[in-house]
Amino acid sequence: MTEAERHTYDVVVIGAGGAGLRAAIEARAHGMRTAIICKSLFGKAHTVMAEGGIAASMGNVNSNDNWQVHFRDTMRGGKFLNHFRMAELHAREAPDRVWELETWGALFDRTKDGRISQRNFGGHEYPRLAHVGDRTGLELIRTLQQQVVALQQQDEREFGDPEARIKVFAEHTVTRILKDGSRVAGVFGYARETGRFFTIEAPAVVLATGGIGKSFKVTSNSWEYTGDGHALALLAGAPLMNMEFVQFHPTGMVWPPSVKGILVTESVRGDGGVLRNSEGDRFMFKYIPDVFKSQYAQGPDEADRWYADPDNNRRPPELLPRDEVARAINNEVKEGRGSPHGGVFLDVSTRMPAEEIKRRLPSMHHQFLELADVDITAEPMEVGPTCHYVMGGVAVDPDTAQAEDVPGLYAAGEVAGGMHGSNRLGGNSLSDLLVFGRRAGLHAAEYAGGIGADRPVVGQQAVDAAAEEALRPFGLAEMVEPDGPPEGGGPPENPYTLHTELQQTMNDLVGIIRREPEMREALQRLARLRARAKQAVVEGHRQFNPGWHLALDLRNMLLVSECVARAALTRTESRGGHTRDDFPTMDREWRRKLLICRLAAGAETAEVTPRPNPAMRRDLMELFDAEELQKYLTDEELQHYSSEDAEGQE
Amino acid sequence: MSYQARFRVWRGDEAGGELTDYEVEVNEGEVVLDIVHRLQATQTPDLAVRWNCKAGKCGSCSAEVNGRPRLMCMTRMSTFSPEETVTITPMRTFPVIKDLVTDVSFNYEKAREIPSFQPPEGVAAGEYRMAQEDVQRSQEFRKCIECFLCQNTCHVVRDHEENKAAFAGPRFLMRQAELEMHPLDARKRRAEEAQEEHGLGYCNITKCCTEVCPEHIHITDNALIPLKERAVDRKYDPLVWLGSKIRRRTG
Ligand SMILES: Cc1cc2nc3c(=O)[nH]c(=O)nc-3n(C[C@H](O)[C@H](O)[C@H](O)COP(=O)(O)OP(=O)(O)OC[C@H]3O[C@@H](n4cnc5c(N)ncnc54)[C@H](O)[C@@H]3O)c2cc1C
Ligand code: SF4
Ligand code: SF4
Ligand code: FES
Repeated sequence: MTEAERHTYDVVVIGAGGAGLRAAIEARAHGMRTAIICKSLFGKAHTVMAEGGIAASMGNVNSNDNWQVHFRDTMRGGKFLNHFRMAELHAREAPDRVWELETWGALFDRTKDGRISQRNFGGHEYPRLAHVGDRTGLELIRTLQQQVVALQQQDEREFGDPEARIKVFAEHTVTRILKDGSRVAGVFGYARETGRFFTIEAPAVVLATGGIGKSFKVTSNSWEYTGDGHALALLAGAPLMNMEFVQFHPTGMVWPPSVKGILVTESVRGDGGVLRNSEGDRFMFKYIPDVFKSQYAQGPDEADRWYADPDNNRRPPELLPRDEVARAINNEVKEGRGSPHGGVFLDVSTRMPAEEIKRRLPSMHHQFLELADVDITAEPMEVGPTCHYVMGGVAVDPDTAQAEDVPGLYAAGEVAGGMHGSNRLGGNSLSDLLVFGRRAGLHAAEYAGGIGADRPVVGQQAVDAAAEEALRPFGLAEMVEPDGPPEGGGPPENPYTLHTELQQTMNDLVGIIRREPEMREALQRLARLRARAKQAVVEGHRQFNPGWHLALDLRNMLLVSECVARAALTRTESRGGHTRDDFPTMDREWRRKLLICRLAAGAETAEVTPRPNPAMRRDLMELFDAEELQKYLTDEELQHYSSEDAEGQE
Repeated sequence: MSYQARFRVWRGDEAGGELTDYEVEVNEGEVVLDIVHRLQATQTPDLAVRWNCKAGKCGSCSAEVNGRPRLMCMTRMSTFSPEETVTITPMRTFPVIKDLVTDVSFNYEKAREIPSFQPPEGVAAGEYRMAQEDVQRSQEFRKCIECFLCQNTCHVVRDHEENKAAFAGPRFLMRQAELEMHPLDARKRRAEEAQEEHGLGYCNITKCCTEVCPEHIHITDNALIPLKERAVDRKYDPLVWLGSKIRRRTG
């Protein structure tokens, strides 16, 4: 029998980023004893790295803004593949979620009349991003962290125990969701510090584990982004959707090599920065696609006027949605007009005074000075695309954030799918975290609260199996040492080497521009890596052992990478964060289909199947004009909406 | 541009440990954390280290490089000569867990002792109005990435285990200052509280904390000294205290 520390809670939240903390605060507010689990220290989750801002149509800078406009921008950014209901809830609720942060102590930058200031960002019609310089994520996570502390202080006063109703299990990693029949029963994992196992029995589990970027070589994401939540959901029997859509942020650092991929915030462009190629040409004007022609300036003069007079000019094409800008940069480099280190130039130095750059973009100034010896107030930056965000994720009910098919499982934040369609707009993630984090916490609490005496139980067998799986890399080490290859064959493998090969494979073969033969090749390589990952061995003991941790993360990265590759191979069109060289155009028929990934019990790879994309509600459809809809919807769909009696048929 | 560098890394756990020598490749543009990662990938996979962002934003990778408290991800290898041996040790003020990873729970306990933001009564969410110049002071302190390098450096607790119970450390005294200067925080007497309960009196404004802060926050000048002044002023003159609160409100 496995030795594991056992706990019991009402709601377990996996993840202490924006989504997880907001969910936990809500669950606790509804009286649930809540546990938060995270792989890093408290306050270090990926959300801390967000820079530019949080999108909410408060209308503080331009009073024409409202939730309908935000909704429209979000759908356009996602090329109409978004779940309309999620996009609607998000746009409606984001302002309240931001204002709430102020009541917990957040200090956003202000407008002249003392309100929260809002900045321009790609794809957003009006200045919409609440921000704190370029460290908005830090403000968000610190505010939520401090609110958790405030709740603990309350418990201290009430019960003499700060952790009576909300406790953070920092540096703990979950490796399995445990079930009782079809229902969630709890989680299993290990404490990183000691290597000891733990289980938490709980009827409701919220996944808030973030993204998958560490499967790619050039990425803005940290070691945490190994797709754990995506894999945990699959392994628990819940489906993923939209996994082919991976966002490559157009501007990552490209030099020196050790910082390649680190993000250069979009605020640089939002605040006036421009992109140029090696010939000094502001090339983005060449890349405005037809669907956006009417909304973007056709030349530099109009674009430059827009910053001061947005009502009478159209926005600069540097602020197109990210997929467009990333592809444009990719193309400039491919055609030989790149910068010395294989990127393009991003320049603010000729656009505003040095002091203003330092005030508006302090951490970019610092980052380039310290890491690349580049003073952005005096010279341009070199930038290129970097893997940044996954639009795909757990298929959830839009209102409750409940994962399909697994009662008791919820998902919010980057790990959930649907909200952003095929491409996320900048700033829409932080707001997504709060809107759906709150909803997930609320509904998880209601579910757990309503379960009464019928609580699911964690079975010993499942715990033993999870422990065995986690110990496998050590077992192998013992097996191989005396007499050669372990059972199952193959030489022992170094997890770091496997990880590097996986990243190279995804980067080269399922990256920003995709082709069928390359994706087939990727799938073959992934299959080989999967076999080799079973032979991963680790040195040393269980206490804080990064090699062991990585060996266990490989399972998740491989599973998720296969989903990405398979879904990408299946979708024979180009849309948002999925660009096919062999199918370069957007196909209106494909908008009606979503690709779903499932893992059958005992199977090693997920299956991908299409299913219909739910049709948008009529009142939301009416927010767009017919001409625009024609670009996205099939004739059949358009007819359906234009016929009088179609109401209520969905 | 590559060369073989000599590194000495502290390896061990709570039971003890020692500096271990490595020879490892260094390439152009790399930082100390890159080298630690190369050691993991090629020589010693179980070398324990914390990191997340690799861009100086999360405050995870704190350690002492050649005896100086630093973020490993922001310490360029080009600041050392190729002949120099680079020594990395864990933060000294906190108990070692393993290798470069220390038990920083002291800081989380102190965080919990500082009374939270108290929202002003009768101001609904969405109705908060504050001027930029009034939020700016607290915003400087909110740049803190909680790397705990200042906590590690401050001589009040570095090598003085006995002071830990009574002293919140620069990071959390600064938290009091942040809330004290927050235009809408409704809690009164924060400066006195810092003095009476969180050990502000132990601080003799040596500025060592400020020197190591990777966010270049003026911890001593902008947070600790003003906090001390307010604590002293108000102790003797209740009107000053009242005045300061009122003046701050009209912004
Ligand atoms: C550099 C950068 C800048 C960005 N800037 C912006 C921006 O300006 N605006 C915007 O809207 N978005 C931005 N984004 C995107 C946004 O920051 C992320 O999408 C978002 O923060 C994800 O939040 P989350 O709560 O879903 O997950 P995270 O904040 O990533 O948190 C995930 C949590 O899950 C935990 N976890 C994961 N797996 C496990 C496991 N197996 N067991 C236990 N715990 C686990 C992790 O430890 C962590 O605590 C940016 C992203 C990056 C990388
Ligand atoms: S200024 Fe005060 S808090 Fe900072 S190091 Fe010196 S004594 Fe410590
Ligand atoms: S104040 Fe500076 S040194 Fe101290 S924890 Fe914060 S960022 Fe680190
Ligand atoms: S890794 Fe985030 S500060 Fe160094």
